[in-house]
Amino acid sequence: MAKECLCQANEIVVFPCSGGSNCGQIANQVAVDLTEDGVGTIFCLAGIGAHIPGMIESAKSAKRIVAIDGCSVECAKKTLEHAGLTITDYIDITKEGIAKTKNFKLSQQDILFVVKRTKQELAKER
Amino acid sequence: MKIEILGMGCPKCKKLYENAQSAVKELNVQAEIVKVEDIQKITDYGIMSTPAIVIDGEVRSAGRIPTPDEIKKWISAK
Repeated sequence: MAKECLCQANEIVVFPCSGGSNCGQIANQVAVDLTEDGVGTIFCLAGIGAHIPGMIESAKSAKRIVAIDGCSVECAKKTLEHAGLTITDYIDITKEGIAKTKNFKLSQQDILFVVKRTKQELAKER
Repeated sequence: MKIEILGMGCPKCKKLYENAQSAVKELNVQAEIVKVEDIQKITDYGIMSTPAIVIDGEVRSAGRIPTPDEIKKWISAK
């Protein structure tokens, strides 16, 4: 692993559901893209679900907690809430007009659209 | 008691180390305070933001600098 300091505050942390559908995987790719764009930092939802204290405490120190769910089952939202974390920004991809399917050839257009929508949410004052 | 201060050695980590020292001194307890700067060991705890403090293997905070009073509460709860 590259030696890099973890002391920069993760002001915006992003939790995608990373679920088993096109929308779940779009959520994951959106979180990756937001991280690569420097907008926020992708965090591990499975670590929260597993109640890993280091991950929960790290998330608690963030100013904004973004949950991106692929669909209205809301796994990311419920996992975070179960761990006592307060979501500040929320996206449900199916509510953005993208249908949930098992087609994993993801549409770049859909990904870009959800990235844009997430950035719009983050532009709002909280 | 073992208190681990996790971080790569920046001023925030040093401040947390000092706060832990103060807490131990004020409570007059026996504790070993150890700096952990190896990023692999830090991430093994699931820590994604430093500085972090671990007391007897239990992560108490990450990504912020708890006060000596906060640390005293955690030590006293042991």
